[in-house]
Amino acid sequence: MKTLAVLEQRDGKLRKVSFEIVTAARRLGDSVDPVVCDTTDREGCAAALAEKAKAGGYNAVVFAATATGRDLAPRVAAKLGVGVASDLTDLAAESDAIVATRPVYAGKALQKVRVTARPAVLSLRPNIFTPETQAAGVKPETLAVTSSGRVKVREIKPAPAGTLDVAEAQVIISGGRGLKEPANFKVLEELAQAFGGRAAVGASRAVVDAGWRAHADQVGQTGKTVSPSLYIAVGISGAIQHLAGMRTSKVIVAINKDKDAPIFKVADYGVVGDLFEIVPKLTEEIRKLHG
Amino acid sequence: MKIAVCIKRVPDSETRVKISSDGKSLDEAGVKFVLNPYDEFAVEEALRRKEKAGSGEVVVYSLGPAAAQETIRTALAMGADRGVLLQVDKIPADPYETAKLIAAALKPETWNLIFFGRMAIDDYHHQVGPEVAQLLDLPCVTAVSHLDIEGTKGVAEREIEGGIEVLEFPLPAVVTVDKGLNEPRYPALKGIMAAKKKPLEVKPVEPGAGSLEIVALTPPPERKEGKIVGEGAAAVGELVRLLREEAKVL
Repeated sequence: MKTLAVLEQRDGKLRKVSFEIVTAARRLGDSVDPVVCDTTDREGCAAALAEKAKAGGYNAVVFAATATGRDLAPRVAAKLGVGVASDLTDLAAESDAIVATRPVYAGKALQKVRVTARPAVLSLRPNIFTPETQAAGVKPETLAVTSSGRVKVREIKPAPAGTLDVAEAQVIISGGRGLKEPANFKVLEELAQAFGGRAAVGASRAVVDAGWRAHADQVGQTGKTVSPSLYIAVGISGAIQHLAGMRTSKVIVAINKDKDAPIFKVADYGVVGDLFEIVPKLTEEIRKLHG
Repeated sequence: MKIAVCIKRVPDSETRVKISSDGKSLDEAGVKFVLNPYDEFAVEEALRRKEKAGSGEVVVYSLGPAAAQETIRTALAMGADRGVLLQVDKIPADPYETAKLIAAALKPETWNLIFFGRMAIDDYHHQVGPEVAQLLDLPCVTAVSHLDIEGTKGVAEREIEGGIEVLEFPLPAVVTVDKGLNEPRYPALKGIMAAKKKPLEVKPVEPGAGSLEIVALTPPPERKEGKIVGEGAAAVGELVRLLREEAKVL
């Protein structure tokens, strides 16, 4: 099977998710052509990608299910006259189809789908496919974008320096109502800093709705879906909508004063008690490890 | 300002998922269905745009079973003017089939704006909006968390990894909306009463087979039984040891 892998870069460097895409695309066959669009013009980029997919006789076009990929994939798919098998967490090639898995109903069920479209357009959930080391050497072709779209990027406002997006962080420390007031998120920020640039601070819906934290930090059904290596839920009871956004994390730690909180049911490790005593102690221990 | 809003009837997120005997779909017995939360933001935004313009019409479209009439009535109770149900027995597994039917229904009329929620909370597809835009050859901005419209020009903000993208686009356009764009209103009793008399057209449609087939629906793998490491700050040492030696994440 011949696959076109649409990679993402920022500041001229491939993003981690790009290596995941290349790795996953290889499951469909050895012939994987990596490309990047060197423009923020998504209409132009979609046109160029659809052209390339048709001209190159590709069987599959693979995107990341990121803010960019989710915007781009359906445009390309519609140009090719097919839908997107989106947000996949597993995929494999069969003789006449691609079979893939996608979480549905807030992660409470997995849908197995058979994709017979040619080319098949797929988007893969970030932080699910572990990049192979050989993916690190990937040299994508930069696609020539000739047509220009009607939507113009006026500006990109970068997030404040030093903050990592929860969707990209390897470690996430999320806080909920148990933090009591917005200023107390400082204890979580200190713990995040102790991880030395690998961690981001997330939030439950309750504290985002209360205006304590930005929506960009919200983990859950109406926020971001994340799969970090380590997710630490602090003062979060674990409503189903929150679990929908983080249950595929590799390791989950819960810190909560209520030993019956539902978050302990999905947590690998739980500590019951006062987060204002536990978190600073944890910060101290992590600093020792990294110091 | 003539505005279309495309909405979906979805199971409430609190729903206990029971898989039906076909092994491929949700057992709908006892399931409470609601207006997709992202579509509430879309309906609200459409109403605000019409109110700001001082005149116009907000038309709600939904593709779904007969019961989706209730979902359309919810949007009418919020203040939309009329509704159209593209009635199917079953929502197609392939979202592109949905997009084609919605695009065909929207095409005969001229719209200033077409709103969608950025995704549906049941199937997480994130795609019908931009596909409809492509089929109607309209500009499209997705997952918008801030929107300004001046005359025939729009400025939208959307969250991307590591920042916010500010986009300019001409109207007419397709806009899919994210949480944070507005605070949706609750339908008032007066609105609920008025909604019963608003026009709701039911058009049966026949989706194509598509190229995405659902083979199975299964419960997610159980996470292995976790453990309570201990209580209070005294448990932190053991937690760190387990994270290093057992989980190997530190």
